[in-house]
Amino acid sequence: MDKWQNNRAWFMVLPVFVVVAISAIIPLMTVVNYSVQDIFGPGQSVFVGTEWFKEVLTDRRLHEALWRQFLFSGLVLLIEIPLGVMIGLAMPKKGWTASLTLVLLALPLLIPWNVIGTIWIIFTRPDIGLFGATINTLGIRFDHTASPLDAWVTVMLMEVWHWTPLVALLAYAGLRAIPEAYFQAARIDGASAWAVFRYIQLPKMRGVLTIAVLLRFMDSFLIYAEPFVLTGGGPGNSTTFLSIHLVKIAVGQFDLGPAAAFSIIYFLIVLLFSWLFYQALLRVGTGEKR
Amino acid sequence: MAEIHLDGVAHSYLPNPTDERDWALKPMDHVWRDGDAYALLGPSGCGKTTLLNVISGLISPSHGRVRFNGHDVTTTRTEHRNIAQVFQFPVIYDTMTVYDNLAFPLRNRGIDEATVKVRVHEVAEMLDLVVHLGKRAIGLPADAKQKISLGRGLVRSDVAAILFDEPLTVIDPHLKWQLRRKLKEIHERYRLTLIYVTHDQNEALTFADRVVVMYEGAVLQVGTPQELFETPSHRFVGYFIGSPGMNFLPCRLTASGAEVAGQAIPLGGTVLAQAAGASVLEIGVRPESIRLADGGAGLTVQVRDVEDLGARKIVTCRLGDHELKVKVSAGQAVPAERATIQFNPHLTWLYADGRLVR
Amino acid sequence: MRIGLDQATLRVGTVTHIYPTTVDLAPDSLNILLGPTLSGKTTLMRLLCGLDRPTTGRVWVDDVDVTGVSVRQRDVAMVYQQFINYPSFTVYDNIASPLRRAGVSKADIDRRVRQVAEMLRIDGLLARLPAELSGGQQQRIALARALVKQARLLLLDEPLVNLDYKLREELRQELRAIFEARKSCVVYATTEPLEALMLGGNTLVVDGGRVLQAGPTIDVYNRPASERVGAVFSDPPMNMIEGRVEGGAALLGDGLRVPLAGHLTGLSNGVYRWGVRTNHLALSRRHAADIEIDGVVELGEISGSETFVHVAHNGVSWVAQEEGVQRFGINDAIRVYVNPDAFFVFDRTGALVAAPVGGALRPVEEATHG
Repeated sequence: MDKWQNNRAWFMVLPVFVVVAISAIIPLMTVVNYSVQDIFGPGQSVFVGTEWFKEVLTDRRLHEALWRQFLFSGLVLLIEIPLGVMIGLAMPKKGWTASLTLVLLALPLLIPWNVIGTIWIIFTRPDIGLFGATINTLGIRFDHTASPLDAWVTVMLMEVWHWTPLVALLAYAGLRAIPEAYFQAARIDGASAWAVFRYIQLPKMRGVLTIAVLLRFMDSFLIYAEPFVLTGGGPGNSTTFLSIHLVKIAVGQFDLGPAAAFSIIYFLIVLLFSWLFYQALLRVGTGEKR
Repeated sequence: MAEIHLDGVAHSYLPNPTDERDWALKPMDHVWRDGDAYALLGPSGCGKTTLLNVISGLISPSHGRVRFNGHDVTTTRTEHRNIAQVFQFPVIYDTMTVYDNLAFPLRNRGIDEATVKVRVHEVAEMLDLVVHLGKRAIGLPADAKQKISLGRGLVRSDVAAILFDEPLTVIDPHLKWQLRRKLKEIHERYRLTLIYVTHDQNEALTFADRVVVMYEGAVLQVGTPQELFETPSHRFVGYFIGSPGMNFLPCRLTASGAEVAGQAIPLGGTVLAQAAGASVLEIGVRPESIRLADGGAGLTVQVRDVEDLGARKIVTCRLGDHELKVKVSAGQAVPAERATIQFNPHLTWLYADGRLVR
Repeated sequence: MRIGLDQATLRVGTVTHIYPTTVDLAPDSLNILLGPTLSGKTTLMRLLCGLDRPTTGRVWVDDVDVTGVSVRQRDVAMVYQQFINYPSFTVYDNIASPLRRAGVSKADIDRRVRQVAEMLRIDGLLARLPAELSGGQQQRIALARALVKQARLLLLDEPLVNLDYKLREELRQELRAIFEARKSCVVYATTEPLEALMLGGNTLVVDGGRVLQAGPTIDVYNRPASERVGAVFSDPPMNMIEGRVEGGAALLGDGLRVPLAGHLTGLSNGVYRWGVRTNHLALSRRHAADIEIDGVVELGEISGSETFVHVAHNGVSWVAQEEGVQRFGINDAIRVYVNPDAFFVFDRTGALVAAPVGGALRPVEEATHG
């Protein structure tokens, strides 16, 4: 039942506070510090107030990167969530085929992210890549280093290949947790396969799908390594997503102030959207209307 | 409404059953009469849920036939069998209102909305769910949810039988009584064929017109609660039903009856003839069917323990090497050491190899 | 060991779980905490064994104040509702675990484990893992682990509640014998009146964070100090009805007239609450003074070897208890007889005014066997 109040308990929690402080709060504060100063060199800095924020917010290239980012994350969710649910529904339920499917699905998740980029460079090369060469022999011109559309298709394919398995695994876990009685009851009630999906499987997957949407949104919004390796943000700026843009400012041009301001805005956007998704999905199907 | 026949039904979950224990259901013939309320009673693992699933069509038996009103439905799928089922844990459609939940089976069968409305209101009225009709089903307490599950069965006018799989497990004790009463009322009113699976003897005996006692995949006895209590046809039934269970005392046959610990118990000639050749012979008598007195005629026993349960006392006695329990009324004085007991001759039975001989 | 609480309370935040409570448990006694779910039984146990520290008041053992002494430094064993065992240990190792921690010699451990396993009839399962066993067997292991320690305070928190009806009946019998043979103070929590009666010993009726009444089990049953105790200590619930005493007779809410004889003699005029247990209502006349109630059957419920008939009479529901298993058709007309000697009378505050004499009522005049 209830534990009696014990002050010693706070000492037990203290190490966690220390770790969180070192790993998250202190670096974040450093970034906040940078965002309001102009830094010329070690020990030389001037307080500039909100100037960097103004500069960043009016930067055209940043706006472009931001819209590109939303388009990318939107497409990722639109493709990966339904596809993952479909795979989850189609997966075998028991026996060795179930184990095999699980292993196959988990494979892309085990590969380091920069290696993924390299794999897809080779895979889509128009001259020797299995995918690129095949499609070019079929008479369709395909080159992600030359055409922005081809670059987008390649990045999307790579992203979907890489991360849909995660959604599928989550959906599968959600589906497996539904008691058999629900399916039996639905059969007795004469429900169609669609009705079973709509009224049993989908509502019961709400929890895991909330997690899937949050994870995929945050991850895709922060995507860096794979497209950087694959396209380097090009051709032109066509695949320059927010984090690639950020690295260009911070490391390429060494503009630490604007980069820091940008980081904070970036962080707030992710936080805001995650919260919105979370609230929306939490309410879907619970009947609470506000 | 339907009369359900099981003809030589047997089931094994294994492809090639060899051993006796490989069978979840041993071959059985049974008729579920139209309009009766049955309980399927037995300890866990006795095959009662398998049998229920055979009737509902969730399992196709490996042997034998299932007939509804004479029609062979052995291979007919659940959704075409016109069966309704209430499960152990309430199954409700979370995103729907109570009304939509109740309407669901009708809508799936393409019934027009006007009829749906009439039927749903009728059922909601009967189950006291009218006030909840507009609410989401997910927020309701367990007993209301279980009523919705039941309502989805009742709402269809064509159900052959309603099956219950331990439906009161999650219900608070003080609400169980009300739900049981509701079930009884519905049964009296509509005379539906009801089959109720439970491991709880009290639930089974309270609910059913006829109780089917199962043990290790076989039906041991089918009878009214009173029959099971008074004339258990099998040792297990005697033990399982009643609290405390029936006393069983090893005995020896003589020319005129049985002998327990050197004391004679007269038995009829036909009983003796049937019991000849059995390897284990026992006398079975319920604690309620033994009269305990301070001296006088009867078997002499040692009083070992008296439990005062307020409304009655349970006296543990020793007869020779055997222990037996006697139930006496609260006001009766129990001798401290030595007492005599008399068995009610109408309710004392001989069991040969675990089976009733009469 | 004698253990007790002295004006102990437990508050968490603004919520009071235990109001000032004083209990005194005699050495080597069996004490039943009887009360509905969430009444405070578990909390009282936690206070007694030192898992919780009382907000105010004291806990004492043999006249030594042990308030605030951690459970680790006390000689306590506990059994819970859930079957709690180490899943990766064999049955033997599970039972041996408290002894190993206490540094008992190997030979001694072996002897004690085998002894307690034999007593609980799990000696054939010592090499198995808990997961391979049935619920009843798992709870036997948990009991064995608690018993092998020979702790001076043994706490059992509804240990049988998750078992099947028949298993519960068997294990309860065994526990009764085990408790009798033991030299320790046993505290046993249950919600079931019948369980308290079967185990015997002393009963403390707990409700709403208070101990309402304490004493030998059968005495508390026969003389509940208040309406609430009567309600907690009756299963099925006691028949309760309001009735007015006027001019030498009582008129109950549904129109039943009860003459004021025997223990009811001399009740002053006024309104009282009348209670009678189900076993004092019968389907046949058992005493000359029995009062007839003509009603209709609401439901026949069967419990163990008894049938409870719910009878509606002028809008009031009476429950009568019959020996044996019988069938009653809903809405059938029925006549039941209530024994006026068996009425409890409570005043409007719920305090007991009159109780049946000595609990031992007149024996049934015509014994009804079979």
